[in-house]
Amino acid sequence: MDNAATTALSGEVLNAMMPVMTECFGNASSIHAYGREAAAYVEKARAQVAAAIGAAPSEIVFTGSGTEADNLAIHGYALRNKKRGNHIITTTVEHHAVLHTCEALEKQGYEVTYLPVDEYGLVTKEQVEAAIKENTILVSIMFANNEVGSIMPIEEIGKLCRERKIAFHTDAVQAVCHVPIDVNAMNIDMLSISAHKIHGPKGVGALYVRKGILIEPLIVGGAQEKRKRAGTENVAGIVGLGAAIEIGVREMPNAMAKVKALRDRLIDGILSAIPEVKLNGHRENRLPGNVNVSIRYIEGEAILLMLDINGIAASSGSACTSGSLDPSHVLLSMGIPHEIAHGSLRLSLSDYNTDEDVDYVLSKLPEVVAKLRKMSPLYNG
Amino acid sequence: MYTEKVMDHFSNPRNMGELDDANGVGMVGNAKCGDIMKIFLKVSDDGIIEDISFKTFGCGAAVATSSMATELIKGKHIEEALKLSNAAVVEALEGLPPAKLHCSVLAEEAVHAAIKDYYERMGMHEKAEEIAENEHFEEHEAPREH
Ligand SMILES: Cc1ncc(COP(=O)(O)O)c(C=O)c1O
Ligand code: FES
Repeated sequence: MDNAATTALSGEVLNAMMPVMTECFGNASSIHAYGREAAAYVEKARAQVAAAIGAAPSEIVFTGSGTEADNLAIHGYALRNKKRGNHIITTTVEHHAVLHTCEALEKQGYEVTYLPVDEYGLVTKEQVEAAIKENTILVSIMFANNEVGSIMPIEEIGKLCRERKIAFHTDAVQAVCHVPIDVNAMNIDMLSISAHKIHGPKGVGALYVRKGILIEPLIVGGAQEKRKRAGTENVAGIVGLGAAIEIGVREMPNAMAKVKALRDRLIDGILSAIPEVKLNGHRENRLPGNVNVSIRYIEGEAILLMLDINGIAASSGSACTSGSLDPSHVLLSMGIPHEIAHGSLRLSLSDYNTDEDVDYVLSKLPEVVAKLRKMSPLYNG
Repeated sequence: MYTEKVMDHFSNPRNMGELDDANGVGMVGNAKCGDIMKIFLKVSDDGIIEDISFKTFGCGAAVATSSMATELIKGKHIEEALKLSNAAVVEALEGLPPAKLHCSVLAEEAVHAAIKDYYERMGMHEKAEEIAENEHFEEHEAPREH
């Protein structure tokens, strides 16, 4: 129930990776047969990733994570295009991989506009349009939010950016294999992908960079990845990403219809079984597997611990779980008060979840909530 | 991340609930993360904590420290209970992650607030003042450098 954090490796993906981890140990940069074999694996994966989003293989750069893809897109583009301007537009609800990159750029003299979101965690094309200035070079807006699952109007924003000749990056880490993506139809110039969110291995990602979009490498050294990202390729990881995304996109129509049905049953079940619970995010316009609710009078970390005792893995935007002792920046940006964000619970489903899983959560969660509310000095039930 | 002791007190909290016949009640909030802890005391005429209970809105560490704190001072004299430090509670729980140490301070403060309330109800305002002053002192200890 915590598939937005990471997913199980698919057996089919593991099978694809096995030969690379055993027999084929070549360095993809080597001239000899071993090297050529490794290079062929990498190129096959590149074609798989490209096909999944409607791109050309030459437009895919493999990275060490989704985080690195975000860094490379924003930092790399900003550095390379400084002469054209120094203003970047993003949102307050991005993943920290984007937010902290933007903050780092601000320290280097760039100017960043963080667009606020509405109660569902969404920005509009009009907001982006109003924020565009003469010196705007880049817009970076996530495809779908990792906490509340809200899906941004990417196609509209892409069209706007194209008209205004501004580069458009989207962090699609949560969206890939969950919603259809076409970088050309949506006018996306750069797009971040992470393998471990789609039943692939951890520690590998990719950045789509449209032909003609120039970026500065952040990791320099050898000539790998067309000089956009140095370092000997993680061939097994890359093969895993290629297989995972190909399978994920192939299975998407069936898998996501199933996940959506589970999600809706879970949402309806929670809202009807537990009083004073509110759904965070949009009822329809959300990722097929995302459920995020705020449960009044109780605290998120306590909910997670109690669910964990019952064998249910989940996540929360509570201050007590954050390490920084601030509640989720996403929930606060949506105007959710501190004490309500405190009782937030995210359950994220994948196609590996079953009806029984949903039934189990619906049988346990009301008990857990009742137990914690009984402990709460705020609850008079 | 939590010790077995913490998990035990979290899942089977001791002395959880409200006391209808309490004669000292203290509620404190954690400015850091927004959690709230409430302690109920039933103090006998000779100053012994005959019964104690708590209610907590907070993380696992907050619940466990409340539970442990009530257990440590139940049956003790209030003067002795006042000496209960958050460090002692943490030690009894066999440790807390560094990020969670502030939660244990909440338990100490809640106990102090409840005893202060008891003194006030008994008309022992000087004693109550003393607690308030001590809290005050602690609060201002850190900025002493300048
Ligand atoms: C929206 C979003 N962007 C980026 C990332 C980071 O990806 P990775 O874990 O591969 O660095 C995540 C994962 O937590 C995410 O949800
Ligand atoms: S009470 Fe919030 S972190 Fe412990």
